[in-house]
Amino acid sequence: MIKAREIKKSFLVSIWFMFLTFPIMVIRVNPIEKIVEWRWKNMLVVGIGSFLLSFVWRYMLKKKEAGEKRAETGESGKTFLIQRILEERRFYIPLVTGLTIIAVAFPFIFSMYQTSIMTTALMYIVLGLGLNIVVGLAGLLDLGYVAFYAVGAYSYALLNHHFGLGFWSVLPIGAVLGFIFGVLLGFPVLRLRGDYLAIVTLGFGEIIRLVLENWNEFSFGPSGIANIDRPGFFGIQFSLQAASIYLYFLMIGLVIFTIIVVNRLQNSRIGRAWIALREDETACQAMGIDKTRTKLRAFALGATWAGMVGVIFAAKTTFINPASFTFLESAMILSIVVLGGMGSILGVIIGALILILLPEYLRAFSDYRMLLFGAIMVIMMVFRPQGIIANIRRTYKFNE
Amino acid sequence: MEYFLELILGGLTRGSIYALIALGYTMVYGIIELINFAHGEIYMIGAFTALIFTSVLTLLGFNEIAVIVLASLAAVIYSSAYGYTVEKIAYKPLRHASRLSPLIGAIGMSIFLQNYVLLAQTSDFLPFPNLIPEFEFIKPYRHIISSAEIVILITTSTAMILLTFLIKFTRTGKAMRATAQDRNMAMLVGVNVNRVISITFVIGSALAALGGVLIASHVGQINFYIGFVAGIKAFTAAVLGGIGSIPGAVLGALVLGLTESFATGYVSSDYEDVFAFGLLVLILIFKPAGILGRVRHQKI
Amino acid sequence: MNTILEVNDLSMDFGGLRALDHLDLNVVEGEIAAIIGPNGAGKTTFFNCITGICNPTEGEILISPPGKKRNKINGLKPNRITKKGMARTFQNIRLFSNMTVLENVMIGRHCRTSSGIVSAILRGRSTIKEEKDVVDFSYNILKKTGISHLVNEFAKNLPYGAQRRLEIARAMATEPFLLLLDEPAAGMNPQESRELDELITRIRDEDNISILMIEHDMKLVMSLSDRIFVMDYGRKIAQGTPSDIIKNPVVIKAYLGEDIDA
Repeated sequence: MIKAREIKKSFLVSIWFMFLTFPIMVIRVNPIEKIVEWRWKNMLVVGIGSFLLSFVWRYMLKKKEAGEKRAETGESGKTFLIQRILEERRFYIPLVTGLTIIAVAFPFIFSMYQTSIMTTALMYIVLGLGLNIVVGLAGLLDLGYVAFYAVGAYSYALLNHHFGLGFWSVLPIGAVLGFIFGVLLGFPVLRLRGDYLAIVTLGFGEIIRLVLENWNEFSFGPSGIANIDRPGFFGIQFSLQAASIYLYFLMIGLVIFTIIVVNRLQNSRIGRAWIALREDETACQAMGIDKTRTKLRAFALGATWAGMVGVIFAAKTTFINPASFTFLESAMILSIVVLGGMGSILGVIIGALILILLPEYLRAFSDYRMLLFGAIMVIMMVFRPQGIIANIRRTYKFNE
Repeated sequence: MEYFLELILGGLTRGSIYALIALGYTMVYGIIELINFAHGEIYMIGAFTALIFTSVLTLLGFNEIAVIVLASLAAVIYSSAYGYTVEKIAYKPLRHASRLSPLIGAIGMSIFLQNYVLLAQTSDFLPFPNLIPEFEFIKPYRHIISSAEIVILITTSTAMILLTFLIKFTRTGKAMRATAQDRNMAMLVGVNVNRVISITFVIGSALAALGGVLIASHVGQINFYIGFVAGIKAFTAAVLGGIGSIPGAVLGALVLGLTESFATGYVSSDYEDVFAFGLLVLILIFKPAGILGRVRHQKI
Repeated sequence: MNTILEVNDLSMDFGGLRALDHLDLNVVEGEIAAIIGPNGAGKTTFFNCITGICNPTEGEILISPPGKKRNKINGLKPNRITKKGMARTFQNIRLFSNMTVLENVMIGRHCRTSSGIVSAILRGRSTIKEEKDVVDFSYNILKKTGISHLVNEFAKNLPYGAQRRLEIARAMATEPFLLLLDEPAAGMNPQESRELDELITRIRDEDNISILMIEHDMKLVMSLSDRIFVMDYGRKIAQGTPSDIIKNPVVIKAYLGEDIDA
């Protein structure tokens, strides 16, 4: 039974939100034509919505507190269903086989449009996994991740435009440039404390975008660069349809490669050092780990991946301009990592699929996309900071 | 010489508005060590609220003075209410979480509020009425300073004097200073820390709203995105002065305003934001404690 | 006997506050030495200075690892000092809470191993071997410290006493010649305290690691230590064997206050 006190609480919350959202939600002015539009219906929606949501909110807070208490007394908390399934080895083979079949068949069953969306989602998986190294494993909040993505995209666009270099020759160049930029930007800023680092990387990201926007001789300014070549295959140029399938498989390959790399890294000497750094910098240093070098490695490796995906992005869209590399793009990749679970490979994959495909397929969502991303970041941090799928650490068996 | 003077006054005006927003960052940081990313959005919401109320009140036939006063008041009230609510929803449950969590929550809140205004209002730039009347006595000096600039300078100085008074001499101010020094200790001696944090958010938001009204009326247009850039610039000012320090925020804001004014006046206006971001990056790298900030020793 | 740690005239200022005041101290090979003193005497600051977390205002810190040359370590970063062979634990436990017990110890092996990003990705034979050695070495330390049954638990879920032990295990994994323990018995019950006594003795005897510890538990200090240093207001006010210290009027005064006649 819901107590009267609870109802009263929710009622007050509802009144408060109706008051709060009144000017923005209800009134809309058009100062040019001097028209004021009153949208009282919105007030009703806010009132009822916040009334109901406040019950959910309190329930979830209570549940979380209970969970924290359980953890303190040493009982292990319940894990999500997917996680439990994945821990069972016998599900592995059928699951992987099933996924492989779906992945291979996808471009032949669905339209070119669908394939293209899926390719985008795969790109975000790789970006997410790359950022996951920086944020999830090493605990460095990088808000300018998109800058390295831009470096990759522009290096392909410019090298292709001026020198006619092809996709495959620029892909490693983009990766290396991403790496170099990562080291150059990372070196001076990585000794900063966590929150300052976030702001500095945000600043760097914006500086790079603003330079691209204003330095017309170099980057062609806001109008961008068009007619970038699609990737070829030993000199063969594909038709539009074939090219999109080709890109799709290329991305599948890159996703698999990235998963292998990140998986190997996170249970390696360097990966453990990253996690230790995230957990406690002082202790980490006192245990003999070079803080700056370890951070720089994570930062530069993340940047390398962004550079690589940047090249692919330019090749996929054949047109780029600075508008593709705003802070919101960084925020989007960050929310993929946050939703999925910081440090968890599977989590990031699921996070990317949800956040990229959902707004594409549910048209109603597409307008609310960024609103959703913002809300997800807040909600996840409040209720489940470890993400949908918490990072699982490797266990070891010893024979006595 | 006149151009130089004009740039100085322009820089001071800019700087004093940055100061109003920077104070919110610095106060919140001083108390809960969080960069309140959503603070820029609070300022933007203040500007929108003022615009909405101005239009409605003008249509209802209120006279000019009443419109200015009521619209500014509404902006201050609503921004404070938003600041209070944001803290309750996104930061209070994260008091004991790791440092990264509230920061990510704050970024999320900032994006959410931006898009909330975008969806509920519009993505277009809206013209903002010039609320500040043209004074007669200023006419001869118009090429150097405008009435709006005078009003901005006077309003911001008054607000800052009031704030200093509040923090130095009132009970609430004392509680705030105690909480900033050592939250646990303050709690032990009977300070209601949650209330102090709420009050800090409310005051910071009110100042930001004031800044929002002034700058919107000065610049003449607003959209949902103004909070982002202004937020980062105000943050730059706060860091420049030494985050956590109130006089530092004001000093930093004035320095930033003047730098921008001269950089755009003598170099190029294309890179206006680059100068601010560049300054931010340079300070954080070379002098993260800022001009007036002190180095905090971490207890190990 | 060789002096392995030699601290001369060490001072540390925080703003206007002098936390360490011309401190001299040395540790010889194979001993268990203890630093005692009232709260705020500067004991932890002393540890922070010799492990590179703080940079001392004045004075010099010299180490002579067994079989190696004497060298000055002022101003070195903490990780360099650990690599040279001094490892520490923390007063307020600072474990990597979201890592397993074994992984915590494996972190200690970081500075004694070398594989980098590329070898982690390629996972060649030498990397696999190094990884296996790290796991075995760490597991052995866990056995030695008596927490090997907890190997796959998250560090945050460990009971308090086990967390203290894990801190010691993690520091031991760096193969130090001198182990610095900051209040290892804090918060332990008498039973746990006795077991710790035994563990510390065993570390010294079996692994040839010298020990310098800060501790408030007098029973533990008296039974374990070969020598005791007493600190007050950032200065060393006395040093000697436990029996010397217990009779020293200066120490009694520092502990009990000025009013009481010793």
